[in-house]
Amino acid sequence: MNSKSLYQEVILDHNKKPRNYGTLDKASHHAVGHNPLCGDHLDIELNLDGERIDNIAFHGESCAICKASASMMTTVVKGKTRADAETLIKEFREMSTGTLNLNEDHHLGRLTVFAGVRDLPTRVKCAILPWHTLHAALNSVTTTSTEAEDDPMHAAIGDA
Amino acid sequence: MKLIDSALKPEFTSMFDVEHIRADFPILKLQVEGKPLVYLDNAASSQMPQQVIDRLVRYQTSEHANINRGVHYLSETATAEYESARRRLQHFINAREDREVVFTSGTTDSINLVMHGYGRKYIRAGDEIILTTLEHHSNIVPWQMLAEEKGAKIRVVPISDAGELLVDEYEKLFNARTKFVGVLHVSNALGTINPVKEMIAFAHARGVPVLVDGAQAAPHMAVDVQDLDCDFYAFSGHKLCGPTGIGVLYGKAELLERMQPFKGGGDMILSVTFEKTTYNSIPHKFEAGTPPIAAAIGLGAAVDYLSAIGLDTISAYELKLLNYATEQISNLPGVRVIGTAARKTAVLSFVMEGVHPHDIGTLLNHEGVAVRTGHHCVQPVMLRLRVPATARASFAFYNTMAEVDTLISGIRTVQKVFT
Repeated sequence: MNSKSLYQEVILDHNKKPRNYGTLDKASHHAVGHNPLCGDHLDIELNLDGERIDNIAFHGESCAICKASASMMTTVVKGKTRADAETLIKEFREMSTGTLNLNEDHHLGRLTVFAGVRDLPTRVKCAILPWHTLHAALNSVTTTSTEAEDDPMHAAIGDA
Repeated sequence: MKLIDSALKPEFTSMFDVEHIRADFPILKLQVEGKPLVYLDNAASSQMPQQVIDRLVRYQTSEHANINRGVHYLSETATAEYESARRRLQHFINAREDREVVFTSGTTDSINLVMHGYGRKYIRAGDEIILTTLEHHSNIVPWQMLAEEKGAKIRVVPISDAGELLVDEYEKLFNARTKFVGVLHVSNALGTINPVKEMIAFAHARGVPVLVDGAQAAPHMAVDVQDLDCDFYAFSGHKLCGPTGIGVLYGKAELLERMQPFKGGGDMILSVTFEKTTYNSIPHKFEAGTPPIAAAIGLGAAVDYLSAIGLDTISAYELKLLNYATEQISNLPGVRVIGTAARKTAVLSFVMEGVHPHDIGTLLNHEGVAVRTGHHCVQPVMLRLRVPATARASFAFYNTMAEVDTLISGIRTVQKVFT
């Protein structure tokens, strides 16, 4: 893995044309994620219909890795249950930090284009921020940070 | 595409042979991702020449012991070399006396020493401290802590869109409650050289002492603390081709003498009983515990190295690098330089339309080019200039015009990836 091969076509495409970018008219859950190391922030809104993510949108200021990660995340979790989303959050986090064996069963599918960030410790947080923020939104925490000590995901993200 | 103007690539052989200089820096021979390293992150930390590395090795192999105590040979040698390093630093900044040079762990430590030793003693409720928008967080946060503790107030000098201090506004901030000024000599994020001498004169006319954060100035220009007439001057060793963990606080002797010590411990005392401790004289009063002896001696060798080249020679060469890089980057569509002050050191902060600085940094790394990306510990500057972050190339005297070309072609590659 070198630093350039992370910038694959699919990631560049989602950065250029982010899906589900914007705000929702009707949202039941919402959270803002910050990465204080670079000043990036991401706003995620979603609407839960029972246990199912009926709609989701994001906007914010971020790098290509973060924006593409958010865009792909929204396309994947839309229509899924909260429990399925939490599974993906856990697996994505494990993949990014290098603790997931991609040869074993997982549910990440095309999200594995981000597997390369595990070799770029300074960019792991960029890829994880949207998932971190989704986790916060689903758990009704309205603001979160990649540096939040009390956040259950902090330990997994580490000090990149 | 504009061809590189060869007239902008001057010959330095008469006064300055950059290839000869580069041979002194073993790390510059590294390959990164299969490409020759182009190190343009000198504002974060500079590299170390073999002369300084050798000095550290000599100290550890034949001179090391604890200082200021043993009567044995090694302790006397280490003490003499440590104090000799202090005198080298004294001459480097043209301080009046060597006791005006306090060894600290770095600029941040130096500023915290002034905050605790001077600020906590003399700043009271309702007093005002003037800082500037350009300050590094290290010259903001200690004063905020003090202001909170004392009920004092921080006033901030604004900047122009070019990143220059608005000196008229600075002067308007003074009133009877103004008790201290903290200003950085050179902006780490933008390279702006501030008119500190004039600002100090203005403050002194109103009886207000001034601390200058010289972390980004000392490596790039001749600093004369007597000429500036600053009360305090703080800088770091690792940005000066020296080791990490060492820095300097210069303070006028009469001010240092009036200050209370910041850290208590060994070496900073004359006598200790459980009833009363008598503090040592300056600078030892501020150097509690065993100092980083090797690092101080290494820094002494580093300033000798820089002085041998000549700080004026370094400034002149780096200005040529900056001018060349600025012209080349200005030819690239969609790239905007952040920080366009009339007087700058060789710092080139820039943003690219549609590309986040982090992505620029990662992709330039693939070309072997090391730049810094992010907010550079100056979030107020980023907020003021309405950019979330920048990519920053910061040059040193061992960088070359060819490395500027590599940076520019790297930026073109980034643009290609993102179109």
